[in-house]
Amino acid sequence: MRLPVSPRNTQAMAQALLWAAGLLTLLVLICIVGFVLKQGLPVLSAEFLTGRIQDMGKAGGIFPAIVGTFYVALVGLVIATPLGVGTAIYLTEYTQESRVTQVIRFGADCLAGVPSIIFGLFGFVFFVVTLKLGWCVLSGGLTLAFMILPTIIRTAEEAIKAVPYAYREVGFVLGGTKWQVVSRVVLPRALPGILTGIILGLGRCVSETAAVIFTAGLSVRVPVSLLDPARTMSVHFYILAREGLSMENAYGTAAALVIAILIINLAAYHLMQRFVARYS
Amino acid sequence: MRLLKNPVSRLLLVMAFSAVSVLALITLFIFKEGIPLINKVGLLTFVLGTTWAPSDGQFGILPFIIGSLWVTLGALVLGAPLGLACALFIVEFAPKWLSRLLKPAVELLAGIPSVVYGFMGVVLLAPVIRGHFGGPGMSVLAASVILGIMILPTVIGISVDALQAVPRAYKEGSIALGATRWQTVWRVMLPAARSGLVAAAILGMGRAVGETMAVIMVAGNSIQVPRSLLDPTRTLTSNIALEMGYAMGDHRAALFATGIILFVFIMLLNGSAYWAVGRQKT
Repeated sequence: MRLPVSPRNTQAMAQALLWAAGLLTLLVLICIVGFVLKQGLPVLSAEFLTGRIQDMGKAGGIFPAIVGTFYVALVGLVIATPLGVGTAIYLTEYTQESRVTQVIRFGADCLAGVPSIIFGLFGFVFFVVTLKLGWCVLSGGLTLAFMILPTIIRTAEEAIKAVPYAYREVGFVLGGTKWQVVSRVVLPRALPGILTGIILGLGRCVSETAAVIFTAGLSVRVPVSLLDPARTMSVHFYILAREGLSMENAYGTAAALVIAILIINLAAYHLMQRFVARYS
Repeated sequence: MRLLKNPVSRLLLVMAFSAVSVLALITLFIFKEGIPLINKVGLLTFVLGTTWAPSDGQFGILPFIIGSLWVTLGALVLGAPLGLACALFIVEFAPKWLSRLLKPAVELLAGIPSVVYGFMGVVLLAPVIRGHFGGPGMSVLAASVILGIMILPTVIGISVDALQAVPRAYKEGSIALGATRWQTVWRVMLPAARSGLVAAAILGMGRAVGETMAVIMVAGNSIQVPRSLLDPTRTLTSNIALEMGYAMGDHRAALFATGIILFVFIMLLNGSAYWAVGRQKT
């Protein structure tokens, strides 16, 4: 494209526009986080965080939702982590690129693109109905495990790949078997990167709504066993906001959610920085 | 194949098929629940029918398909250029401290729950739209803006990867020939990264089509084909989530059938993005 202006002016204009785009993105983030915290922080109190959900959420706190979120996310991570890390180890250490690895990668990539509502539908018909687990922590956790599997596979794979090959050679030279080298040399080095993936998975579990609302249920009681129904903070927030039950409690819940996500992202970022600093 | 005699390796191979198996299981169950209804109603009547009246046994999802297309297109028009510009800024133009700040910021944007985005749309965006442009506020426009923001992390992340994958020599060659940095970006980097950038837009589109909770909160949800950007609309995903709570029998099967249409569409998008990325590598 030939514009009637000098290349130098075009450069200046383009640069200004790109700066604007970068700053706009940052501004959107600051607005969202700032607004939620401004409205929600005054509501957050010890009683709010530890109180029962009363009168459908119009009164009381969000303690059952916090426990529910934690519980469902824990089940999801406990199931997805070994599967995801195992897949990553297989892909990086135990095989060469082939048809099989292509199929595995394509499967993981496709799974990553499946919308959460589809996971919700699937979790409902498979865990809740077919396996007769009912709406419960286990059904929700299993559904989330499937959903975060691709995230964990991909981050673990990159973390393992980033460990320099020399480490493995030293391990083999010292007489280690394949598994000894992988488990005692490679995995400990890759651990911060793998943990980053797990933490990002945790973030997805905490923020997810569509996949858990039809699998974990809407109970306002504190779940005790894996087969108890539970509601997560996101689901609780959705119900409060959508049914207009209590704006005040909705803002409080949103602030709690956003703070949780902030902490999770900071932790993931911090770990990743350390990991990158070590190998580059 | 020698490795397969090793028990650890066999166990890992089994684990490695977890993602593929999960995908197969999801496909199987969604289709198993939805296909009988599509057979009963007829695929064409289901996809092209304009009446959604589950109590009368009428299942036409065309209004939802159109709703999904509208908001997705809107999200793409807003989110794709902004995302690409932001990616270019991060890779080429931002000072180091700023691009180091922007990367985690974009990740945080990806981490914010979709219900929170939806709520922002309800309390901040919808009143502005209602006040300045008229209509109910909860509309195609509101959903497009919110989705446009929500797809930013996807578009930016993949665009950054694509731009960083452009060989350094291309850039250096262009600069050495006396091109400005913008000329280098416009005539060398963008064409070189084209496939990856297309993939970024396609995957962003996939996110917008699949997004549910934010759209439910902000799009208004009325079952009608929107005539303007200010009309409320209901998408494929929001129809599933709104009615799943109480649907029984054929009605529930119809929601699964809607899921099939959504699933097939997303798979087509993913497949084409995969193909586009593959092209850049070779």
